[in-house]
Amino acid sequence: MSGGLYNTHKADFDTTLDLTRLKAYGDTMNDGKVQFSFTLPVKNDARGMEAARQLVRKMGVDDPNVAIAKSLDKEFTFYVVYGGVAHSVDYENIHVQTVEAETMSMEETNDYISEHFGRKIIMIGASTGTDAHTVGIDAIMNRKGFAGHYGLERYEMVEAINMGAQVPNEDFLKKALEVNADVLLISQTVTQKDIHIQNLTELIELLEAEGLRDRFVVCCGGPRITHELAKELGFDAGFGAGTYADDVATFAVTEMVKRGMK
Amino acid sequence: MPVAEATVERIRGNVAKRNEYLNEFGDKKGPYLYIIVATGNIYEDIIQAKAGAKQGADIIAVIRTTGQSLLDYVPYGATTEGFGGTYATQENFRLMRAALDEVGEEQHRYIRLCNYCSGLCMPEIAAMGALERLDVMLNDALYGILFRDINMQRTIVDQFFSRVINSFAGVIINTGEDNYLTTADAVEEAHTVLASQFLNEQFAIKAGLPEEQQGLGHAFEIDPDVENGFLYELAQAQMAREIFPKAPLKYMPPTKFMTGNIFRGHVQDALFNMVTILTGQKLHLLGMMTEAIHTPFMSDRALSIENAQYIFNTMHDLGAELSYKKGGIMETRANFVLQKATDLLGEIEHMGLFATLEKGVFADIKRPRDGGKGLAGVVTKAEFYFNPFVELMFNEKVAKGGENA
Repeated sequence: MSGGLYNTHKADFDTTLDLTRLKAYGDTMNDGKVQFSFTLPVKNDARGMEAARQLVRKMGVDDPNVAIAKSLDKEFTFYVVYGGVAHSVDYENIHVQTVEAETMSMEETNDYISEHFGRKIIMIGASTGTDAHTVGIDAIMNRKGFAGHYGLERYEMVEAINMGAQVPNEDFLKKALEVNADVLLISQTVTQKDIHIQNLTELIELLEAEGLRDRFVVCCGGPRITHELAKELGFDAGFGAGTYADDVATFAVTEMVKRGMK
Repeated sequence: MPVAEATVERIRGNVAKRNEYLNEFGDKKGPYLYIIVATGNIYEDIIQAKAGAKQGADIIAVIRTTGQSLLDYVPYGATTEGFGGTYATQENFRLMRAALDEVGEEQHRYIRLCNYCSGLCMPEIAAMGALERLDVMLNDALYGILFRDINMQRTIVDQFFSRVINSFAGVIINTGEDNYLTTADAVEEAHTVLASQFLNEQFAIKAGLPEEQQGLGHAFEIDPDVENGFLYELAQAQMAREIFPKAPLKYMPPTKFMTGNIFRGHVQDALFNMVTILTGQKLHLLGMMTEAIHTPFMSDRALSIENAQYIFNTMHDLGAELSYKKGGIMETRANFVLQKATDLLGEIEHMGLFATLEKGVFADIKRPRDGGKGLAGVVTKAEFYFNPFVELMFNEKVAKGGENA
């Protein structure tokens, strides 16, 4: 059934890397190989398999190959499908917004704050709205930090307030005003039907409605967050997977200086 | 009182019904595979739960909607709108119970249903669970205080009554020690888990809840980069097993160090599965490889069940074949954790539980005695106060216990 995965008869790929025509890499340049896994709400038979194959072909895949079809229930079947994507992208012409700041160490950030502000910077964070996960905000704020990057609570020149999870946007803002925060950090870890976007948007709307948007540096983070998405939603920055407290701190304090905040 | 007696009679009927099913189909010997549904819509939950049960799940937990633990009332009727979970209502309980009985009869297995008492409505939800024959309920004496900022006096009062009900209804409670490790470090804070298990055990005994219904919680949450981390997990799980020999321990999968790398995550879950089968954990909450990405797809659950069944089968009796090296890394680790837990309990005894919570000993979270939600609901009992249910349920249970002893 999966013999096609290793077929050798089509040995005429152009194997030179052309960044204007970038393709996925399986084990040979430009083979375009990708793997799919998904469930169809149909029973597990030959017709279901053909449906899976056709669906993947419609996604631009040549020779889709169903490696497994497994019944999950009478009317649900799980498929793993392999194939080569015919499409390519022009890598040379891709421009992505990222947070462009040379990340400072904790000590450098402390010195930077002393020098520019001469006081502690107040950062308040929470996992807002419906999200019950504190993993993200804890990784950034808890003293111990994550993966060897100390959390904001450890920064001498940062007063870090972690409100935990499921904090309503209104309560978050109230607390931010109460402690006279400089920086707002919002984490969204797990999401269902893109509720995180609605939630993040709501916070910005709330800030704007109250005329408070310019008063704070506002950042969001989480596995589904990109800097581009964050900017689009009206945040100053977004931090995705693989970013840590030092990235967040560096951005926040340099942004404050840039905006002339005291 | 007649109303209370009729209600208690109905709950007795539910216990009898459960026993009838268990007698007919038999009960599972090894770990119960425990899965979660969380669509927000009870009807969608039922589709997912039935599929999960058919794939081999033994316990279906319906996650509650965000924020329900902070409602000081219980919503009514069948619900289709929740975020990250579905409202716990009596009607939703009834619908899911009926669906699982249907699958169970088809599969010749009893499928257990789980929901959550913790929050501002512990006794109310425990009562709904008793009326609709839930089998497992989350009920932690301290969780609401620490993680939902519910007032400690309120929680201590509520947990007692809710556990009296759980106990009478034959419900296995789950305690929430695993939550400590999502905020605190799993190596450094292992002793707080054990200390809390001891506290939960004692609170349960005070409410007449037998050891066989105490699903004390813990979790597989050590950083995968820690050298010998698996040995510590195994040592701690074996320690819990030996300290609470009759308790159906609840073991939670890795979540904190699930990264979105589903392939690695599946391996982490496999290691977690190994600990369960080696050490006889009972309520085995299945890990999902897509943890930290989205609520599980139907296929995530199926792959997870497949993973667990494979390991439970291929290593079925491995635990009985192994003994731990005297003075080795694992024995030393277990002794160390036990000693630290003992010291901590000594400290708590000296300070008092409320002062301990004010100091932030558990999960690094500090709670003031008069702070948090729900304190307004705490009043001093009047001279003629009585609770008919405590009299009917608790006293009957205690009397029965007396006969057995």
